[in-house]
Amino acid sequence: MTNIDKELLSQIADLHSTPEGAYSFRKNGESQINSTAEIEIVQKTDKKGIDIYVKPNVKGKSLHIPVIVTKGGLTDVVYNDFHIGDGAEVTIVAGCGLHNTTQEDSAHNGIHSFHLGKNSVVNYIEKHLALGEGSGGKILNPVTQITMKTNSTFTMETTQLGGVTSSDRVTKAKLAKNAKLVIKEKILTTNTQTANTKFYVDLVGEDSSVEVVSRSVAKDKSYQNFYSKVKGKNRCFGHVSCDGILVDNARIDSTPQIVCENVEATLVHEAAIGKIAGEQLTKLMTMGLTEQEAEDLIIKGFLK
Amino acid sequence: MLELKNITYKVGHKTILDDINLKFEYGDIVAITGHNGSGKSTLVKLIMGIINQTSGDIYLNGQCINKLNITNRAKMGIGFTFQQPVKFKGLTVANLLETAVGGELAIKCGCDYLSKVGLCAKDYLARELDSNLSGGELKRIELAINLAENKKINIFDEPEAGIDIWSFGGLTDIFKELKSRNGITIIVTHQQKILDIADKIVVLNSSKLEKFGPAKEILPTLHSFTCKKLEVEND
Repeated sequence: MTNIDKELLSQIADLHSTPEGAYSFRKNGESQINSTAEIEIVQKTDKKGIDIYVKPNVKGKSLHIPVIVTKGGLTDVVYNDFHIGDGAEVTIVAGCGLHNTTQEDSAHNGIHSFHLGKNSVVNYIEKHLALGEGSGGKILNPVTQITMKTNSTFTMETTQLGGVTSSDRVTKAKLAKNAKLVIKEKILTTNTQTANTKFYVDLVGEDSSVEVVSRSVAKDKSYQNFYSKVKGKNRCFGHVSCDGILVDNARIDSTPQIVCENVEATLVHEAAIGKIAGEQLTKLMTMGLTEQEAEDLIIKGFLK
Repeated sequence: MLELKNITYKVGHKTILDDINLKFEYGDIVAITGHNGSGKSTLVKLIMGIINQTSGDIYLNGQCINKLNITNRAKMGIGFTFQQPVKFKGLTVANLLETAVGGELAIKCGCDYLSKVGLCAKDYLARELDSNLSGGELKRIELAINLAENKKINIFDEPEAGIDIWSFGGLTDIFKELKSRNGITIIVTHQQKILDIADKIVVLNSSKLEKFGPAKEILPTLHSFTCKKLEVEND
């Protein structure tokens, strides 16, 4: 493992050595996998990717599936299916790191499908980062599809840390009775980077709920586009909140859409985009920070 | 000593402050009072450097600080507590206290600062300074941050605004503690109970300095419109 590999793994998955438990470590299209008694990982035979089986009622286990791409000119497309047994509780640490020093594009398209059994709980943590001085694009296009059975809970924390020249992420979810989905998204773009995010959530089951919190910072001439569509098809609750900070000449488009198809559905959306409030900068400057230090602290906190 | 010499502040043709001269000594609690619109908040913002005077000079310990920005004045020991506490999405109480002390915050210190404003550290250190906190909580946290900064000159712009009855006694205790540190405490206020603990009182009226002197001399001369009694007497 090179120093660059280590740095990427450290930042995207907080990994400093081989993780305990089940893992799939994928580098430049090649995977090393390790199954455990509770979590089985099987290579797909019809296409690139893995099937992950978490046995019913497994508690407190974790799974690491980091991906790194360090070659220019490589587009790595991978299909990962997660089958979470009834009553299982698991933390999944994903993430993708790109390092590109070439003039050719490098890309990773991770298509993840989650199938949550009844009463299961999944904490899914996903970080994306790109490094390298090459002029080639550093592109990430993650797709996450979540099917949730009765009483299941899925918490997704997705973070784009920086350096990604272009990302196009799509998240789709369908929730059964009492299922609960929480999505926390944080994205930082700089220079001329673009980031598109789309969420489609169908609240099908009675008393299902979704909370989407998106915080984004766009600097320089970067561009971000946020779109969410939450459909309430039963007695349910949905809340979408999109906050964005603009710096320099950046641009953010935000379109939260809610569709109520049942009189008992309660759906709320809110969006706020703007520059850093002047009084925030002033307050921190009265505490001895320079304007730049104040701006950095505000953004760091906002994206924490 | 903090000295204001011939301070005038204009916006367009409108004069907000007109030829103000003041000297503040270490160890003093100075209350600034007067009608709404008399220039009180403008005066303290000039001291902090949030706005700059049209003419006149401000000296701190004999050094003219006219050209120093907010950051540099803060580094010279001037602190400012806003009338409306600023909210920060994502930044926690601990983050702001760490900024105030200029480094990592020992949990015990965090407890000490927060307990002085009547808050329990374990309930608040990890809380974000956003709309989930009430106005009263934000105000108390603002005061805790001020204590943690340990500044020699502390400016409070209407600290009673939004403060709940319970905290009012604690508020005056904080001013007394700052006095015990031999700092200069400058408070823009309308409240009788704060005027009562002041060593000196500044009265502004229609942009001009109407009165400045020892509180015991100024207090009896104040008109009722400048100060209002708290409705609850037993706090």
